[in-house]
Amino acid sequence: MITLTVNGESRSIKASPDTPLLYVLRDELGLNAAKYGCGLGQCGACTVIVDGKAIFSCITPVMVLEGRTITTLEGLGNPDAPGPMQRAFIAEQAAQCGYCIPGMMMRAQALLNRNPHASDEAIRSELQPHLCRCGTHMRILRAIRRAADEMRPKTANARSER
Amino acid sequence: MKLRSVLLALLAVGAMGVTAALLYAWESPIPPIDPGSAGAPDRAKARRGASLALLGDCATCHTAPGGVPYTGGLAMPTPFGTIYSTNITPDPETGIGRWSEQAFVRALRSGVDREGRHLYPAFPYDHFTRVSDDDAEALYAFFMSIDPVKSSAPPNELPFPLNVRPTLAGWKLLFLRQVRFVADPSKDEKWNRGKYLVDGLGHCGACHSPRNLLGAEKTSASFEGGEAEGWRAYALGQSSQSPVPWDEAALTDYLARGSHPQHGTAQGPMANVVDNLSLVDPADVSAMASYLASLGKGGERNDVKIPDRSGPGRLPQVAGAQAATPSIPSDPGGAIYAAACASCHEGDRPLPLGGLRLCLSTAVAGETPTNLINLVVRGIPASAGGSARPIMPGFGDVLGDQQILDLTNYLRTQFAGKKLWDGTANAVAEARRTR
Repeated sequence: MITLTVNGESRSIKASPDTPLLYVLRDELGLNAAKYGCGLGQCGACTVIVDGKAIFSCITPVMVLEGRTITTLEGLGNPDAPGPMQRAFIAEQAAQCGYCIPGMMMRAQALLNRNPHASDEAIRSELQPHLCRCGTHMRILRAIRRAADEMRPKTANARSER
Repeated sequence: MKLRSVLLALLAVGAMGVTAALLYAWESPIPPIDPGSAGAPDRAKARRGASLALLGDCATCHTAPGGVPYTGGLAMPTPFGTIYSTNITPDPETGIGRWSEQAFVRALRSGVDREGRHLYPAFPYDHFTRVSDDDAEALYAFFMSIDPVKSSAPPNELPFPLNVRPTLAGWKLLFLRQVRFVADPSKDEKWNRGKYLVDGLGHCGACHSPRNLLGAEKTSASFEGGEAEGWRAYALGQSSQSPVPWDEAALTDYLARGSHPQHGTAQGPMANVVDNLSLVDPADVSAMASYLASLGKGGERNDVKIPDRSGPGRLPQVAGAQAATPSIPSDPGGAIYAAACASCHEGDRPLPLGGLRLCLSTAVAGETPTNLINLVVRGIPASAGGSARPIMPGFGDVLGDQQILDLTNYLRTQFAGKKLWDGTANAVAEARRTR
């Protein structure tokens, strides 16, 4: 039996060790934010964060994840208390069909955790592995910039406002 | 008194030696031309030069990432220090706008710039010296016809005495043979054209041949494999480790399209080469293939099963569908392969929609672990160039170092049937460092 740490909780997994993380998250743990898109690690819809890095959960067997820290979109907040990334996407109404959005939010979150001052160029290039064919790309970029503003420590701003 | 005269004599001999060396190293400047004095460019000649510039991969080194083509500034790490490529647009101040044709041809073939300074052999003039007068002039016509861009490369970062350019005269004395290409009358025109391009402008040996301690190609080991920007440039010809021996048809296909169903996809610096070759006259590509095929074939292996070709009589594969994965072997690397790799690599979808069967992969069967590790750690990013290439997700953030080692060892044993590489752990650290 494999034990995974998901969103801060230790979970025992019944699935066989070669099962992709995505199936375990959705079918066994009821965490449905990460989506099945291509199943080949080529579209980004299944992206979650492992040890601070955005990874494709559809091609990652759970056997390689023992002892690592997994965060899914549910770990960033919930409908009652959305996190800064989620609030920003709601505020900018950055989803059209929304299928690709959880993956994009996770990669953006990993980027901002690593670099709170990521430039527009860095955001664009970081999100390059995510495929989306609807019309909200500019809103997605605005939402990530908004989330970055909200997530940065407020001390510098607060001082300048005084 | 006696000692003093001996010392004086030694000093005199030493001074004469230094003077002689400096005289030997001295190259005269070639007078600048008035930019724009050349008059209307010969368009046909410039167009031919554009194709030759692609065959020579000029833009590949003379363009910084995200920069304007031919404006230079690419950092080229060498074992001796970092060298920055120069601006070869016709800007009069920062480019070659004041260079005469004579100055350009001298730089190309002798590695001396217009002002008479020796150029570092990161610029492969040891190959370009074979270029014909006609082709050198066409290249000049092309470069003078492109838009001038003001852009200065950062200064080179080289230690003493390598930062003193006259020392390069010594390097050239040892390693530069200035000879034009001479056709072999016993071979046909296509082969000769191919050899001219491979050994000259194409400078294939610059990466595919090993280098000595002074950074010169070992001529005794031509095409026995070398290094290029953190990648292994595989051995060609008889030393090739490719599971399926290369033939002329496969080489033509691969060079023109960047991938081949029995060999895989060009990666690293070779991806730039095939991008360039996809734009030149296909006759030149097949000429290069003809010559490269004549270098011979690597050892035959009869244990490689070539998958059936797709086509009539075979079930069509659906792009995007996961294949059933094989059962998990007890080997830890095999378990990772079965769970993480096989759904693409055993899906039998044709390139670029599926992964290569790894029994065909030179990355697995090759001389060093470098390329296989690079691929596992970084994957194959989507091409920005627009040509349809396979892509592969990187596993560097998913797999730990030990897991990558287990996987690599399994692939090497299982799919190449060869003994494990030395230095795999180093290759993992290096691939992570340079990601």
